[in-house]
Amino acid sequence: MSTTGIDSWAVDLADIGAVYPFQGTEVVMTIIGVVLWIAWHVWQIKFENKTFEEDEAKLRQQHSMEETIKRQNSLN
Amino acid sequence: MGNNLDAITTVFTEFYYWLTVALMFLIHVGFCMYEVGASRAKNKMHTLMKNSMIIPLVTVTWFFFGWWIYWAVPAGPGITGGLDPDGFAAGYTPWSDLMGTNLSDRISGVFWAAFLLFSWTAASIVSGAVIERIRSGAFWIFAVLVGSVTWVIDAAWGWHYGGWMVQVLGYHDAYASGVIHAIAGGAALGVLVHLGPRFGKFDAQGNPREILPHNPWLVCIGLFLIYTGFWGFYVACNVPIISPETIGGQISGETWTATTIYLTPTTLSAITFNFLMSLAGGMLVGYTVSKGAAFWTYSGGLAGIITASAGNDLNHPIQAMIIGGVGTYLAYKLHFWVERRFKIDDAVGAVAVHGYAGFIGLVICGFVLWGHPSSPFEGYATISPWGNFIGAIIMFWVLGFLPCWIIAGILKGMNLLRIPEAIELAGLDVHENYGTDAKNAELQQAELAHARELGLLD
Repeated sequence: MSTTGIDSWAVDLADIGAVYPFQGTEVVMTIIGVVLWIAWHVWQIKFENKTFEEDEAKLRQQHSMEETIKRQNSLN
Repeated sequence: MGNNLDAITTVFTEFYYWLTVALMFLIHVGFCMYEVGASRAKNKMHTLMKNSMIIPLVTVTWFFFGWWIYWAVPAGPGITGGLDPDGFAAGYTPWSDLMGTNLSDRISGVFWAAFLLFSWTAASIVSGAVIERIRSGAFWIFAVLVGSVTWVIDAAWGWHYGGWMVQVLGYHDAYASGVIHAIAGGAALGVLVHLGPRFGKFDAQGNPREILPHNPWLVCIGLFLIYTGFWGFYVACNVPIISPETIGGQISGETWTATTIYLTPTTLSAITFNFLMSLAGGMLVGYTVSKGAAFWTYSGGLAGIITASAGNDLNHPIQAMIIGGVGTYLAYKLHFWVERRFKIDDAVGAVAVHGYAGFIGLVICGFVLWGHPSSPFEGYATISPWGNFIGAIIMFWVLGFLPCWIIAGILKGMNLLRIPEAIELAGLDVHENYGTDAKNAELQQAELAHARELGLLD
């Protein structure tokens, strides 16, 4: 028995439908996929907020704002 | 595939749509190039990532629910029928065995991808308008909303051959003036109202300043690439070859034909004439009205195509040229009027080129094709000015502006819409650029040391 349900190509192709592996787990795969997608947004928003907070702190502590603006505006 | 003719037709159709997907990929490359070019150098890498991540996010959500929505809601539901009126949506749930390798269905994935590329385009149009001050996390929520929900609803209503807007209003929009462009332009405007302009865009008296692109050449080549990808978009909107029997409508005889997405007859010849003539009309007017400005000349070409697209299955080429020119002129004037009057900072003119031109194109199409059958099926309303005007309102305001305006308001209330002021002033790439000087200095010291070892320096 294979994971695809196909054990041999001695078949009439007109009788064959899905051939991807682990048929029957589609609903579970969908749930996993949707959870991963939503979790990614949650992680990304937290990551972005944290990055902005860190950068703002650096702008205040290590660099003068004037120096940073001049430097950033001199980029090509 | 029952016999050789069926097999050839199936393989040809598969390959036809597959080729459109590859061509339409260029639209996204073009959008990235022109958006990055239009941004200032201090924001360019962030701008690139903001647009690029549309690809994975809209793709997975299109798989999870976008494609299903298209087939589930053409009748409203509740306007001309219920949910899934044709029974196709059941086959396009993410857990259906048709949504994978299946030897009894060879084309669903290719159709799915062609529509997915339309979805990327819809989301990407919004992206350009909001550059340099929107949080990526917020933008990607709008990308999913527009790319996998709202545009799909409008496509089901106004593009599906059984859509209620086609049946009841005679709505006609063969190459998506409204279905893609007006809705995306409206969505961008909805976000911009809450987002506000970039720092420095308006002076103390409220007069707009020009924020120059860091790379105008990249902007123009990006727009050139969008033209190229637009070829794929146009042919993807057609059915390449189909028999009257397969259509199953009122067409008699045995002459096979190409059709629009509504299954109304057209030809590849017609859309080739009209694509190029509307592009030409838009570029000529864009150049003239902007006094030769490269950005607005290229954008004019795009606006020309977008304006004429609703009726480009049937227009005469000279009509397409004139319609393209009229739409470009009005979109250009509206862009600057709205900017000055309402202080809307649309960084790349996306609301104008896509939204206003798409809206205007729908209205013009209603007049130019007045009385033409909107469908090969009996009982459908014919094309009319009022049908297309109501359709334009639905596209731009109801499904475009309103949902994004509401979500943008919520995100603004949660302080998740706009980047912090210090980051905007310093530039969004400031995080990547921290440490760059130290890294460059370290590398320079290493190179100097090696040059000394080689005796090239004292």
